[in-house]
Amino acid sequence: METYYNPKDLPKFTDIGKEAPDLAKKFFEYYTSVFKEGELTEREKALIALAVAHTIQCPYCIDAYSNACLEKGSNTAEMTEALHVAVAIRGGASLVHGLQMRKITEEVSM
Amino acid sequence: METVAPTVLELAPFSNVLVEHNLALTRDSATTLQVNVGKLCNLECQHCHVEAGPDRQEVMEKNTIDNVVSFASRCDFEVVDITGGAPELNPNLAYLVSSIYNHVPKLMLRTNLTSLPDKKYDQLINTLSKYKVVIVASLPSVSQLQTDAQRGNGIFEKSLTILKKLNEAGYGCKNSGLELDIVSNPTGAFFPPSQSAAEKRFKSYLDRRWGIEFNNLYVVTNVPLGRFQKWLVKSSNYENYMHKLADSFNPGSIGGVMCRSYVSVSWNGFLYDCDFNQATNLPLGGSKTHVTDLDGPPMLGDPIAVSDHCYSCTAGAGFTCGGSID
Repeated sequence: METYYNPKDLPKFTDIGKEAPDLAKKFFEYYTSVFKEGELTEREKALIALAVAHTIQCPYCIDAYSNACLEKGSNTAEMTEALHVAVAIRGGASLVHGLQMRKITEEVSM
Repeated sequence: METVAPTVLELAPFSNVLVEHNLALTRDSATTLQVNVGKLCNLECQHCHVEAGPDRQEVMEKNTIDNVVSFASRCDFEVVDITGGAPELNPNLAYLVSSIYNHVPKLMLRTNLTSLPDKKYDQLINTLSKYKVVIVASLPSVSQLQTDAQRGNGIFEKSLTILKKLNEAGYGCKNSGLELDIVSNPTGAFFPPSQSAAEKRFKSYLDRRWGIEFNNLYVVTNVPLGRFQKWLVKSSNYENYMHKLADSFNPGSIGGVMCRSYVSVSWNGFLYDCDFNQATNLPLGGSKTHVTDLDGPPMLGDPIAVSDHCYSCTAGAGFTCGGSID
């Protein structure tokens, strides 16, 4: 194996169902339903997925949802803003844990 | 400037795919005559399958216009769709519009919104509104960056100016009887969004930001010919794009593709099944035919010339020159 990630592997995602077809079927049906237009548009859902993809740092998802966002009519400026939402929450989650640090240091400090 | 398609590995020829699905692409009633009045254009858009531009010399002359009008009078077309290049740069455009008007219930003009100085647009709008010509304007995106990347710097701003001018003349406004439609092509090697979702977004965005109204939005897949094909090759997207089109082949789209009901005529009067076949010099039904050669429209059931660019119109829900089939 030359590399862990290969873009040509992404279309083979459904192969994951070969050993556990019932579970895969349920997962892919759920997955497909999630991204259909509901209270949110497909375009909005793709932007959320793109932001989450960056948070979990999944190359497959970043590839898939960069293209999906463009194909749902988003532009790079909107995609970048969506990414910053994820960055803000991710960074904020680290920073807010500073409260734990403060509480602990206050407990043991004079 | 005929386009020769590079070979794509492991791509089945479109004609083979039709055979595999037991399908034949044949003509239905010809309802639309698409008149390409020339390849001259002020822009050199990256997605242009015609490879139109400022240096192109191919422009339809008055005698060919007379032949086209005569052909329209012998047929029973519902629509005449005038395209280019930039049709406004043909000095005989007004002559074509006024001559063909009596032979067809509906006239359409495709415009890139930027080919004339503002004052000349006023004159053109007067002519077009007099004949109730439907204006089909290109605007790939509501993003300036995306639009300018495809069409050239400053084009987005100029397009908005002319769209506002068209609104002032009543185009795109309720109960005016003057129809203004927008066509959006993807700004890269990807498919367009759903037509209905994109229309909703364009309407809301253009109205909210700039107070611009229009009637319908059509999304069109970029066809891998001409300048777009060259861009695909240069940017290393050609192979993937062709496979993406082929993988999305939908047998159900065949019934609604535009070539079944369109007849496309070139600047010098030759006939094609569609504008894309014209761009790659694939003549009507496979044999070179001039507009003066036919007594009437192509016959129902006649074969349509196909090539691998046909994958563009059969991907997913299918697309036509007039937008998504869905």
